[in-house]
Amino acid sequence: MAIELSGVRYRYAGASAAALSDVSLRLEPGRVVGVTGANESGKSTLCLVLAGLAPKVIGGRLDGSVRIDGVETTAMRPYELAQRCGLLFQNAATQLSNTTATVFEEIAFGPCNLGLAIEEVVERVWWALRIVGIEPLAPRDPARLSGGQGQLVALASVLALRPAYLVLDEPTSELDPAGTTLVAEALAGMARETGAGIVLVEHKTDVLARIADEVLVLENGAVALSGSAAVLADPRLAELGVEPPARVLLEGEVRAAGIEWTPRLAEALA
Amino acid sequence: MNVPLIELEAVSFTYPDGPTAVIDVTLRIEPGETVVIIGQNGSGKSTLVRHLNGLLRPGSGRVLLDGHDIHSVHVAALAARVGLAFQNPDRQLFAGRVASEVGFGPRNLGVRGAELEARVAAALEDVGLAAEAETNPYDLGLSRRKLLALASVLAMRTPVLVLDEPTTGQDARGVARVRAVVASAAQEGRTVIAISHDMRFAAECFGRVVVMRAGKVALDGSPAAIFAQAAWPELRAAYLEPPLPAVVGAGLGLGSTPTAAALVAALPGPAGEGRGRPPGRAGNE
Repeated sequence: MAIELSGVRYRYAGASAAALSDVSLRLEPGRVVGVTGANESGKSTLCLVLAGLAPKVIGGRLDGSVRIDGVETTAMRPYELAQRCGLLFQNAATQLSNTTATVFEEIAFGPCNLGLAIEEVVERVWWALRIVGIEPLAPRDPARLSGGQGQLVALASVLALRPAYLVLDEPTSELDPAGTTLVAEALAGMARETGAGIVLVEHKTDVLARIADEVLVLENGAVALSGSAAVLADPRLAELGVEPPARVLLEGEVRAAGIEWTPRLAEALA
Repeated sequence: MNVPLIELEAVSFTYPDGPTAVIDVTLRIEPGETVVIIGQNGSGKSTLVRHLNGLLRPGSGRVLLDGHDIHSVHVAALAARVGLAFQNPDRQLFAGRVASEVGFGPRNLGVRGAELEARVAAALEDVGLAAEAETNPYDLGLSRRKLLALASVLAMRTPVLVLDEPTTGQDARGVARVRAVVASAAQEGRTVIAISHDMRFAAECFGRVVVMRAGKVALDGSPAAIFAQAAWPELRAAYLEPPLPAVVGAGLGLGSTPTAAALVAALPGPAGEGRGRPPGRAGNE
């Protein structure tokens, strides 16, 4: 059981250059794999490939192998892909269905389409609302939410599907600090408790430092760095256009001023 | 450039069939101030700034530019004075070429010819998109579409710049570009008003921080005042966190150090220089 990418190269239809080249990655149940990298380094493309949308739905050319639980995504039907792997788009506004009158119905839309019993749908909707902390938004019109609220509704609507694998493209980009922490903890909890395998694309490396079991840093469509969350302290991060976690950054700034990084300072961080 | 004084007087706004998003907000923003608005998702930040260029009209209260109620000013005239970059660039972009997108605003202000070209080129340079002038905006990734939306506002050279979450989704280089845009606008004496969830950006790049909570202004002051330990309970009630240097500075008893630079200045210096406070005192206050 896993999503496995092996030697993946992907080129969008009509593009002259590949957006991903020679990317390999294994996402196992219960694990959180963090992905970061500069703008246009291939993070969102990787999400589309992982969830099977590229090339199955949007076309383009895929070389190498992408398997979900042993089956090539190119051999799976769209509904099979959707049932195995949930995908949260980077722009939450493009995720919402624009067909529902309330946030509750918006989140119920996916589970209803899975053909679940109504009791199960209702249970899942409340669970999803609770886990991202937006129960009070249930009766609201999804078209009339703030940017961050919309992002939380889009995330809840993916979580409510309870797929085996979740691919989330910058789920916290528009969230306040408390919302970011809440979502990070909720995702870590889902991986731990429900065994979901999660790929989390983030510019907020603090989130990855907190919950990722493994981190990939992309550059020009290829994996430039990978390993445990400790790679987020790698000095090459700056050249790769990635802002390190706040702790790493602060330590660097203090040392750069010629001040010793004492245990006392490290303690004050905790 | 005539940079206006901005005054909001007891502004409230309720969306039709929706919640009251802004409640009784009074703010005075001096010409050339740099103000960042922070607060929980849904606390009314975007609704508030949409009043500054007439996109929304207050349900009650007034918005004044140089003492004139903007209710009596045509939206087109306001657009020449207050530029607003949206949180979601896809609500803003429509042209088929990056250069046309950026040229649209100044063209509508009557700018033509070499001046128009110069403005477009400069704005694209500022956001790092100079090489993409002929690209279709939708061939750019979301983060670069967002920079493009910023460029299209910059090209209008408005005395007031309003940026709704400009650093969202940007990598380190993109954030650096946004910081440079804010710094250079401030240096030119323009007013910059931004919304952000990035506390480091807020503390380092702005002279004034306004904290919104449930539609109201909860705190208003300098970064040192807003991120001082005494304000943390109020910040946390607004679902915010102080930046890390502030936490470390408070932990060591160094007072309010909202930025790494402030923390470094307050720390004892390299051996022998005798800068800052003696290490023995740290943490005893």
